[in-house]
Order: sequence, then C-alpha cells, then structure tokens
Amino acid sequence: MADAQLGTAGPLPGAESEDVELYHPHSWLTKYVFSQDAKIIAIQYASTALAIGLVALVLSWLVRLQLGFPGAISFIGPKEYYQLITMHGMIMVIYLLTALFLGGFGNYLIPLMLGARDMVFPYVNMLSYWIYLLAVLVLVASFFAPGGPTGAGWTLYPPQAILSGTPGQEWGIVLMLLSLILFIIGFTMGGVNYVVTVLQARAPGMTLMRMPLTIWGIFTATILALLAFPALFVGAVMMLLDRLLGTSFFMPAIVEAGQRLRYNGGSPILFQHLFWFFGHPEVYIVALPAFGIVSDLISTHARKNIFGYRMMVWAIVAIGALSFVVWAHHMYVSGMNPYFGFFFATTTLVIAIPTAIKVYNWVLTLWRGDIHLTLPMLFAIAFIVTFLNGGLTGLFLGNVVVDVPLSDTMFVVAHFHMVMGVAPILVIFGGLYHWYPKVTGRMLDERLGQLHFWATFLGAYAIFFPMHYLGLMGVPRRYFDIEGLSFVTPSVATLNAFISVVALLVGAAQIVFLYNLVRSLTHGAPAGPNPWRATTLEWQTPETPPPHGNWGATPPVVYRWAYDYSVPGAAEDFIPQNQPGRAPGPAPA
Amino acid sequence: MAPVLVLIAVGSIAFHLLSPWWWTPIASDWGYIDATLIITFWITGIAFTAIVLFIAYCLVRFRHRPGARAAYEPESRRLEVWLTVVTGLGVAALLAPGLVVWNRFVSVPPGASEVEVVAQQWRWAFRLPGADGRLGAANIRHVGEENPLGLDPEDAAGRDDVVIDGDLHLPLGRPVKVLLRSVDVIHNFYVPEFRAKMDIIPGTVTYFWLTPTRVGTFDALCNEVCGVSHYAMRGRVVVDAEPDYASWLQRQRTFAQLPAGRGQRRVAAQQTAPSDR
Ligand code: HEM
Ligand SMILES: [Cu+2]
Ligand SMILES: [Cu+2]
Repeated sequence: MADAQLGTAGPLPGAESEDVELYHPHSWLTKYVFSQDAKIIAIQYASTALAIGLVALVLSWLVRLQLGFPGAISFIGPKEYYQLITMHGMIMVIYLLTALFLGGFGNYLIPLMLGARDMVFPYVNMLSYWIYLLAVLVLVASFFAPGGPTGAGWTLYPPQAILSGTPGQEWGIVLMLLSLILFIIGFTMGGVNYVVTVLQARAPGMTLMRMPLTIWGIFTATILALLAFPALFVGAVMMLLDRLLGTSFFMPAIVEAGQRLRYNGGSPILFQHLFWFFGHPEVYIVALPAFGIVSDLISTHARKNIFGYRMMVWAIVAIGALSFVVWAHHMYVSGMNPYFGFFFATTTLVIAIPTAIKVYNWVLTLWRGDIHLTLPMLFAIAFIVTFLNGGLTGLFLGNVVVDVPLSDTMFVVAHFHMVMGVAPILVIFGGLYHWYPKVTGRMLDERLGQLHFWATFLGAYAIFFPMHYLGLMGVPRRYFDIEGLSFVTPSVATLNAFISVVALLVGAAQIVFLYNLVRSLTHGAPAGPNPWRATTLEWQTPETPPPHGNWGATPPVVYRWAYDYSVPGAAEDFIPQNQPGRAPGPAPA
Repeated sequence: MAPVLVLIAVGSIAFHLLSPWWWTPIASDWGYIDATLIITFWITGIAFTAIVLFIAYCLVRFRHRPGARAAYEPESRRLEVWLTVVTGLGVAALLAPGLVVWNRFVSVPPGASEVEVVAQQWRWAFRLPGADGRLGAANIRHVGEENPLGLDPEDAAGRDDVVIDGDLHLPLGRPVKVLLRSVDVIHNFYVPEFRAKMDIIPGTVTYFWLTPTRVGTFDALCNEVCGVSHYAMRGRVVVDAEPDYASWLQRQRTFAQLPAGRGQRRVAAQQTAPSDR
C-alpha cells in the first residue's frame, strides 16, 4: 500500500505558514525573566514544576514513614497525615505532571518540532507562566497559613472539604481552590497558544500527518485540558462560594458535631461529577504527551520508524474522545444511580482497545529494530512495563463489579501510581535525558543516569507492585493508621516497612538526578547539534542551543514524515525531515 | 535490561502465587465478585507476561550490533487488525461476566430484610425495622442529643424500630438490604469479608445488599475520607446463626423505649392511620 503521507512525496504545495517577524527583547530582564521566548518559558515551567515536585516527593517520604513505621515521626499526627497526602497528590498531578508536560515539554517542543519561530501569542504565553507561578505560590502559602493546608484528599470532596472536621478548613481549602482557579487561568492561556500554534504555525510541508507523535500527544492533551479544566473551574468556584458565602451548591442539610448547619438542599455528588469530568481526562492530559514522547524516544533509539503511525495518531484521538465518557468509573460506589455502572464499565473497557494498540505498536517498533540501550531508551522501555502493568489493573477497576471490593483500597493507590505516577514520570526522565543536549548543548552524565534509572525503575516497581495485594486484602487508602484491623495479618507491617525503605531509596535517586541536571550544565560532554542522529526538526537547528527565533535566516521546509529511520538504500540510517528529495528506497509497503 | 524484564515477569508471577498477602476469606455470597476477579487476573496476567517477555526477546535479538540496520516497515494492516480483534475478545471476556455480576449486584432480591446504617463523624449506628418489618421515617431535622439518628417521633412505623449503638448483628444466610444514611459528610460502609461496599451521601439514602454466609465477627470500616478521624471510624458486624441472632435481637431496645421515642409516645399512639413514610 503506497502512501504519500507516510512516505516521501516532495514538498507540498503551499506553505503551512509564512515566516513571521518576532518580538525582540531589549533587556536582560525581558530576555531571561519576563521572556516571551517559548524556550525560556519552557525552562521556567519545567524548573518550577520540578521544584514543587520535589516538595511533593518529600511529602511522600513522610507519608511512607508513617505507613511503614507508625508513630516513628512524632510530628505526624492524623491531621498532618491528611494534609501530607492531599498536598502530595495534588502537587504531583496538577502542579508537576500537567505543568511539566504541557508547559515544559509543550513550550519547548511545539515550535521547534514544527519548524516555527515561536508560539503564536508569545505575550500570552509569558503570562501563562507567571500565573502558574502565582498558583504555585498560593499553594505553598497554604503550608504557612493558620491551620495549615487542606487535608481533604486531592479529590476535595465536599461536604467534608469545607467543614471543620477536616484539617485546613479555615485557610487551607480556600487557598487550594484559589490556586486551582489560578492554575486553570494560566493553563488556558498557554493551552490556547499550543493549539493555535499547532494549527497555524507549522513549517511549509509539515502536514498534520507528518507531525511527530510527541506533538500529536501534546496537541490532543491540550484540547482535552481546555475542555476538561472548565469543569474543575466551576466546581472550585462553587465550592468557594459554599465555603465563603454560605451557598449550598454541594451542601445538603447537615448536622455537624450536634450543630445544624445553615446549608440545605445541595448535592455532594454533583461535585464528584464535575471533579471526575475533569479528573478522568486529566489522566490522559498527562498520559497522551507521555505516549507521544515515548513513541519518538523508541523510534529514535531503535533506529526504526514508529510502527503504525496513522494507527497511533488515531489511537491518540480516539482515546482523547473516549476519555470524556468514562468519568463515572471513579464513582461506581459513590451512591450514584447504580445503573450507570453498565454504561461506564462498557466505555471504560472499550478505551482499553486503542490503549492496547499503542502498547503493541511500541513493542512492534522494537521488533526488527536496531536497539540502542541509551538512557532515553531504557526509560522508554521501563515506561512500557509500568504503563502496561497499571493499564491492566485498570481493567480490574473499570469493570464495575470488580471495583466494588477494591475501590478506595491500596489497590487503587498502586494502580494509579503505576499508570499515571510512575509511568509518565519515567517518560519525563527519558525526555529530559533525550532533549537536555538540545536545551543546554551538553549531555547528561551517563553513569549517574544509569544509577538514577535502575534505582527509579526497579524501586518504583518494588514499591507499587506488592501494594496491590494489600488492597486486595482490604487495606484501605487514606488511613493514618491500620492498627487493630482484624483482617490485616501481621506480615502486612513488614511489607509496609519494606515499601517505605524502598521509597526513601527511590527518593534519594531523584536527588542524584537533580545533581546531574545541575552539574552537567557546566561539566557535561558537549553534545553537538544532533547527538542521537534524530530526524525531527528540533535537532536540525543551525545553532545549539537554539537562539531566539530558532532557525536563523531561513525557517525549515519539510519534505517527509518524522520517522525516516533506516530507509533502505539511504546512506545514513536517518533522514532529517527537512532533507529534500525522494528517499532512494521503495515506497513503504 | 532483558534479564531484568524476564525477572520482572517471573518475579511478579511468583509474588502473586507465593506471597502471603491475599484477600480475606469471604463471608457473603459475593463469591461472584471473587470469581470475576480471578478471571481478570488470568487474562491480564497472560497479557502482561506475554508482552514483557516479548520485549525482553526483542532487546536480546535486536540489540544494536555494529553494521546492523533496522527494518523499514511503516505499518502492517493485517497485524494491526488481528491484534485489535484479539484485544477486543479479551476485553469482552472481562466485561461480559462483569456486567452479569453487576446486574445481580443492583437487583436486590424481593425477600431481603432491611437494616439501616447511620454514619456520622466518626461513629456508626444501626437500626432494624422491628416487628412491623418497616423502618420509620427519619429526617435530619429531628437529630439531637437524645435522637442521634433523627427518627421521626410522629411516625408510628418507627416506634418499634430497633436502635443499635454497638455491634450490628446479621442473621446467617438471609439476604439483607443495607440502607445507608449520613447526617454530616460522605462516608462509606465497608466490610472486607463481605466484598460489597457503598458510599453514604448526606441528603440521600444509598444501599447495597448481601447474604452473609459465614458466622463470625468482622470489622466494618469507613472507606471514604470523612475528616481527620476517618481512619478511626470503625465498627463491627457479627454474623449469627439463628438462635444466637434471636437472643441478641431480644436484648436490643426499640425507639419507643429510648428517651426520644418515649417523650412522644402519647402523640404517636393517637395516630391510627398508617403513617406515610
Ligand atoms: C516514589 C514516589 C511516590 C511515592 C513513594 C508515593 C507515595 C504515596 C503514598 C504513600 C500515598 C498515600 C496513600 C494513601 O492514601 O494511603 C500517595 C498518594 C497519592 N499519590 Fe503518590 N507517591 C509517589 C509519587 C506520586 C506521583 C508521581 C504521583 C502523580 C500522579 C502521585 C500521585 C498521588 C495521588 C494523586 C495520591 C492520592 C492522594 C489522596 O489520597 O488524596 N504520587 N502517594
Ligand atoms: Cu478515570
Ligand atoms: Cu471516613
């Protein structure tokens, strides 16, 4: 089957976009701080996300210490414990993963991979970052507010989230909601930019079906986010009104500690629908960029075209669309009408099919490849394993009746950490090892990287794989203390201690990574423009790191798809996207 | 990397088979759920092992050698269709039994007796319908120190309701519909040995049903975060064989015998028409 889009049919008539005049900064401040260059904004986003992510990591150590060695840390009581897990979860999901994938990787890679000079709305893009930073600061402020941060759980379910039985009722929850609102505003500014840039600013010849899968992933995820975040936004505003003005959107009549509250007639389940209408797509907002990036890592480092490119694109789009009709699988035991279970179990299991296709295609890309076990490749393979594991346990939780005994147990904690904690983080690491040379001009240290990789991969698996079985036994999540539960066997304490020790080791490995990031800035081996011999445009910039405007005098023209690796008959085992001419080999069959 | 992947595949299976951590022996008739879980373990376990081992194989067989070149193979329609169909079948094999069992889960048998679980931060209370087999009306308006469950003192159907402030007892082998009510925040009533659970939403009544199949005393825990003492919100359910259950029931007090119910006895006694609940 000959296919012009996949293959190498010369330049397409008509430019995807004209060359554009850029905003030029006039001072150090506007160049590096209030910068409108997407690459600087990307670095700002990524650094902020990693910094706050480090906080979330430290919080997880404290949580694990309490679970592994109950009472050992004297300042962790139940109040602090609930605050720790809440802040850990929320930071990881929103302020680290979402911000890093879209604000970090998105900003850096969209213009470069598409051959654009910058985002189309650079000023709004800059604002996006500063509002994100403000959101992070408001969140951090809640640690210092009277009563501390909220301990409502990252799902923030009302009524408890805004009542006095939950830690952080005075300030914590208010700051959390404000911070989320700010985050969404900031994200929307960036998100509009990413979408419009992909649609409007591609280089001549860069058709949609020639875009690298990284861009497809980020692009689709951004659209999901633009559609999903508004649900969280209104949920947050309504809860804020309930908390501050005494409205009753989510609050029914309540007697709390013997007192009849002034709330009446609201619906707690309404919040859950709003939250998960956002929350489920959120999983894919994190996962789709990871899917895209990992596809490109595997293809590049296996020197082989991604298998089934068009199927991969359609799978991304199908998963994105389906992710809006599965949200209530988080609510099977929420007390909603139980008949919804039939519908949501079906949609949820159907989404497994395009997801499985992606896994097959990654694996089939390795098949008959020329596999270089570089650090990005190691992380990519580790991603497949952990994502596969977490995806398969999703079939337990999605299949409504199997979810009943497992929901809100440690099984769920293990599942979502595998699938949206560990797996995307591994891709982030893989991506950082892969693109760091472009961003800084230097390679990350290989030996430290190997240490980081093995400790993280094996450690994370050792933490979260056994944890499923605790949940199967019935050990609940969000329990400060499981002392005295008769069905919990004594050996559980041993396992919990083991998990905690491994968690601390994995945490230590991340410090090694941060050290590597900083040290290699000055001590890394010079990378050259294209150390991985990759085809995509960001590796073809005239200068490394690319300066403002990316392309010097003439922006690139694209002649082929992103995956011309090991083309039969070609001199090199890769042909850059901007290299003209037909490939000498046969049309792909 | 390849040996490590083999180790992960084999090690995961070994852990699954040999580790001491497994579900608690079941005490209800929701063995169907356990059976569906086992089917899921089989199908997903096979998929996991096969794919991980295949990756390991690729890493050995196609690891870079000097002079080697990858194949150029953009796509293969046949292979992709074939894999999609196999996955579809696997998913169907999971979903079909799952939905059948869910249908059972949502269909309460007509003969089921009712018990009510009332949750509040951070304790449990229970109520049985009493001799008339009907639970009397309750409303949050009536909640007070003397009437923590908020039973309507005017409702005659509620006067014989058995109000329990200790362990809940259930008779062995009889289907029971568990009605769930909360006076403050969301909770969840979870007895691991029963497998079934459900959130408890203030403002509405939720439910699930089960048939206890094993005599014993079981922990009931709150399984939806409900504030700072969520982890300490524990109760107990005792499944009794018939004579024990009857003698336990004998010792419980009805609403009418409690201060809140007693005060209204005169008013309630005047009602002759059956109250609308
Ligand atoms: C090695 C790294 C990590 C460790 C050791 C860890 C550990 C934990 C622990 C012990 C809990 C509390 C479980 C409970 O409820 O009892 C938790 C909760 C959570 N974690 Fe992590 N975690 C890690 C990384 C991540 C990452 C990368 C994410 C990003 C998705 C994440 C997201 C969450 C979420 C959403 C919760 C739920 C919080 C809640 O219950 O409200 N974690 N984690
Ligand atoms: Cu979901
Ligand atoms: Cu609770």
